[in-house]
Amino acid sequence: MSFDNAYEALTEDNDTRWAFGTGFVDPLAGIDTSVPSGVDAAELARSCLWLGDDALIMSHRLQEWCAAAPELEDEVALANIGLDLLGQARLLLARAAKADPSLVPAVEQSDEDALAFFRDAADFHNVRLVELGGGDFAFLMARLLVFSTWRLAVFQRLVDSPDQVVTAIAAKGIKELAYHRDYAARWVVRLGDGTDLSHERMQAGLNAVWPYVDELFDSDTSDGAALRAEFDAVMSQVITAGTLSRPPAREAAETRSLEPLLAEMQSVARAHPDATW
Amino acid sequence: MSDWPLYEVFVRGKRGLNHVHVGSLHAADDEMAVRNARDLYTRRNEGVSIWVVKADFITASSPDEKDPFFAPSGDKVYRHPTFYDIPDDVPHM
Repeated sequence: MSFDNAYEALTEDNDTRWAFGTGFVDPLAGIDTSVPSGVDAAELARSCLWLGDDALIMSHRLQEWCAAAPELEDEVALANIGLDLLGQARLLLARAAKADPSLVPAVEQSDEDALAFFRDAADFHNVRLVELGGGDFAFLMARLLVFSTWRLAVFQRLVDSPDQVVTAIAAKGIKELAYHRDYAARWVVRLGDGTDLSHERMQAGLNAVWPYVDELFDSDTSDGAALRAEFDAVMSQVITAGTLSRPPAREAAETRSLEPLLAEMQSVARAHPDATW
Repeated sequence: MSDWPLYEVFVRGKRGLNHVHVGSLHAADDEMAVRNARDLYTRRNEGVSIWVVKADFITASSPDEKDPFFAPSGDKVYRHPTFYDIPDDVPHM
């Protein structure tokens, strides 16, 4: 951006942070949420719900590192990333509810809260990658790298969505995800190319995450294959820079991690449905 | 891992302003210090530019010398630009 004089630059106010409404009650306040003609509302709602669920569950796993991160600085970074994803989840779940109100559980809650806190595990559609529990910091970084690399590639396609709400959510998310990927990639390289111990644990983290990669890509479609190729190119670059090796293919185990995660995440909202703060 | 060195962080809020000291942090190296500064100090749209410098590299004036250092300039009002009228539309003065 250029300015004709210094004072213009001082008073610049060109950020788009109010583009998503100013109300805390309705994240899409003031936004036209009618479904464009030619778009299948149920299909739109379903894809928003799936993407929202991924962000919501990944955000919860990141929040679990609050007060447990190896350094204070990284604790703040992880909380920031978790908050970014929670914001994405909020917008996407709200969009899903507006497009197909029949998805929303009948409770006296805002749409996105009803979807986040009053659905049971069977109704969640997140990928298994995000629900995996436990693991060390290296495992978390491997997971965050895989997640943000994949999601960034997906969002870069979503900016061409016929639905303008999804387009806006994707445009906002791309900047966040690019940073998440950068943060994770730097740690993967740092630990991989660090000491013998850090290398060993980084490789173990990558190996533990890898079986859950295939699920992210629908390789039967040409777009799914292109997405996978893009993902593989980024991963090879990071793996090489970190002196790591690409993990062998392995069957993904059932995680059984979602129920306990939801029990914790939903407990307050369910015990105190009228609570506000 | 408290053996990470201490860095001081300077953030420039808008074009045309100076970098201002905002705080400090720990990081393993310079590059990580910039990243950490972004996370710790620019979450609310504060910055357009970040400087970090190892705290070891800063030479500071001593609090014991406060009077000889700073007091002599206090009573010389002619050194201060207080006799100008600043137009209302000049910000940050």
